[in-house]
Amino acid sequence: MAIDLNDEVVAAGAHGPVISARDVRVWYGTTRGAIRAVDGVSFDLAPGETMGLVGESGCGKSTLGRGLMGLLPEGAKRDGQVLFRGRDIFSLSPKAAYQMRGRELGMIFQEPLTRLNPLMRISQHFEETIKQHEPDLSKNEIRERALEVLRLMGIPPTRYRSYPHEFSGGMRQRLMIALALVLRPAFVVADEPTTALDVLVEAQIVQILNDLRRNFQTSLLLITHNVGIVAEACDRVAVMYAGRIVEQGTVTEVFKKPQHPYTRELLRSTISLTTTGLNYIPGAPPDLIDPPDGCRFHPRCPAAMNVCAEKNPVNIERPGGGRVECWLVGPDDQVPAGGKQPLKREELTVADEA
Amino acid sequence: MPTKPDTSSDTSSDGPATPSLLEVRDLSVHFELRGGTLSRLFGRDTGTIKAVDGVNLALRPGEVVGLVGESGSGKSTLGRALLGLVPATDGSIHLREQNIADLGRRQLREIRQVVQMVFQDPNAALNPSMTVEDAVADALRVHGVRSASERRTRVVEALDRVGLSPVELFLSKYPRDLSGGQKQRVVLARAIVLDPELLVADEPVSMLDMSVRAKILQLMLDLKSDLGLTYVYITHDLATAKYFCDRIAIMYLGRIVEIGSTEEIFATPRHPYTKALLAAIPEPDPDRMVPRDLPRGEIPDAAQPPIGCAFHPRCPEAVAGCGWESRDLRALLEEHWLRADVAFEDEQKVIGDLEHLDTPSTSATLGTGGSVEVRAILDRMKAEDSTEPLWSGVTSIEDAGSGVTVHFEPAPAPALRRAGGVEVACVLYPDTGDAADRGRA
Repeated sequence: MAIDLNDEVVAAGAHGPVISARDVRVWYGTTRGAIRAVDGVSFDLAPGETMGLVGESGCGKSTLGRGLMGLLPEGAKRDGQVLFRGRDIFSLSPKAAYQMRGRELGMIFQEPLTRLNPLMRISQHFEETIKQHEPDLSKNEIRERALEVLRLMGIPPTRYRSYPHEFSGGMRQRLMIALALVLRPAFVVADEPTTALDVLVEAQIVQILNDLRRNFQTSLLLITHNVGIVAEACDRVAVMYAGRIVEQGTVTEVFKKPQHPYTRELLRSTISLTTTGLNYIPGAPPDLIDPPDGCRFHPRCPAAMNVCAEKNPVNIERPGGGRVECWLVGPDDQVPAGGKQPLKREELTVADEA
Repeated sequence: MPTKPDTSSDTSSDGPATPSLLEVRDLSVHFELRGGTLSRLFGRDTGTIKAVDGVNLALRPGEVVGLVGESGSGKSTLGRALLGLVPATDGSIHLREQNIADLGRRQLREIRQVVQMVFQDPNAALNPSMTVEDAVADALRVHGVRSASERRTRVVEALDRVGLSPVELFLSKYPRDLSGGQKQRVVLARAIVLDPELLVADEPVSMLDMSVRAKILQLMLDLKSDLGLTYVYITHDLATAKYFCDRIAIMYLGRIVEIGSTEEIFATPRHPYTKALLAAIPEPDPDRMVPRDLPRGEIPDAAQPPIGCAFHPRCPEAVAGCGWESRDLRALLEEHWLRADVAFEDEQKVIGDLEHLDTPSTSATLGTGGSVEVRAILDRMKAEDSTEPLWSGVTSIEDAGSGVTVHFEPAPAPALRRAGGVEVACVLYPDTGDAADRGRA
């Protein structure tokens, strides 16, 4: 599926994307200067589609997720255009954005215990959530709706009146997902939803997320550092490095034929059951206050060329579908003479190592 | 396919009788729950958490043994017990001739010149107000190296070994100036500066990014071959354990449920828990689907472990003799009520309260709406899923008042028994012998 990123997404047609992000930027002001955590990110998300957003810590993936929700901390600024069913959500008034969150845009956080109120029963959590958006619903109607979602999450109806502390870690994460989905939002951001969980429980939650599109027709942006989870639960993947999406496409395409050296190295450095040797990416991610010139990955890239240190790579269509920005893929006609020569550089000192 | 570097020595689980560096025998570490003031005043039993419950383990010099399990499996407590950081309730830990379980504080300090620990979270393991030099030198100071110049020489040497060079650049840095990987290198430097023989590494890479994990694991392998170290590697991640360990002990709720050479455990996992852990690891292969027959639920409350085999409530291969009990019946009822086609409210009136089923027992009385109705519900549950192993563990169902009493077959917890080249604690492997004659009950 090729997306022409220069095209304006006109109207929210039945088949148009649910979320259409163009040139999204988020930066944090610090005394040293602005940290450009997200620096020109564009992607589309179709109805019922799950997209994985992967990258190392500090690449801006969580900031992007919160930026889309409008849940940035004070001092953070955002820019760009995000169309939700054709409506620009970055230009909404705070009140309109507040009303949209929960009903249209949902969020699932990493640590469920810190997001549930320990003094409130599960029933009260649901009542509060639903009443915010549909004040006329009776308690019984709320209960019916809540029990239906809880049932799909595997939480028995006998636990409806329990308190958060009476649940195990995996159950709490199911509760969080149920609370996010009870209003049937069209778009949900899940920020590392399984990171705090054990491997068996993680697999259970991945299974639930995998079933979302069948049960709720929800589009999901799944933020994770675990490429294995992306492979199992997502249709498409966006690989993020130093504030930019460097490659995106279907999971099968990107994981089987990675075009960007960073995608390839990230996959190679993952230790899995089939690992036969240890691979790692030398160096560490760059300082986002003063990122390197040209391609931000060039200081760590095993295939860096002269052009990579000089010119920003161009976002082009990826062979096999999707988008990629890497001079190795092209466009060749924009590479200056001699630009394809391997880049000569000093040996990385361990001081720069992570 | 070999998945380990060739440097690892051949250490099959029944290898020649090399003298052990460390031998753990019948080790138990129990924690008393304190309960409320009143219960303590009246000496009421407030319960015990059996964090480690009868573990045997021998470490040969130069090998890497993995302790693998979910949180709450007791793997970290076992690791801490090896340094005397938690007191042993029962059993012994012999480091050559000395029993660590019997030693006092002063003697334990001496032991820690030989056994050192690497902690999971480098942010918590390093004092934020100590420079790298102070942090690493502190270990030397504690162990009586009085000369400042000798301390510095050894600190520089250790930092150089863990790859923090140029060392001068790092000596005066504070933890906040370092990346996660660099902090873990400092923690490793502090652990090796005393020249130990055994390192207990508790999830040393799980807080780190994927791209850094391999670097730290490689460093640990280098340190092992350079310094002749023996490792206990504690982790929940079977993928790194497969690469890193010679032998693996799978732990569940305080016990080792399967132990053997890494090759055999991964080639033919025997315990259903091991199989489940292996199936649940997400692989970066888009052709692989999410496994469908995952164990249900989560690791149970260690204060009241399940009767019989601790894994049976979650086990996809459970049989009649696994130790079914009242809490399993409650779980099954709640699962039954998750079905969309079940009239939950009507059935709940017939069954009544479930709270009393939480007291572990091999018989369960339930029902308030008449024994015929209760039996009808139980029959419907049986019909919904005839493969549910709980029913095979039911010996009889009697009428009792306005409900019924369900009796289960009592079963002891399975002991570790030899199966093939490994040892497994599972009723599916009842006899000493090879895997071929495993008899399903």
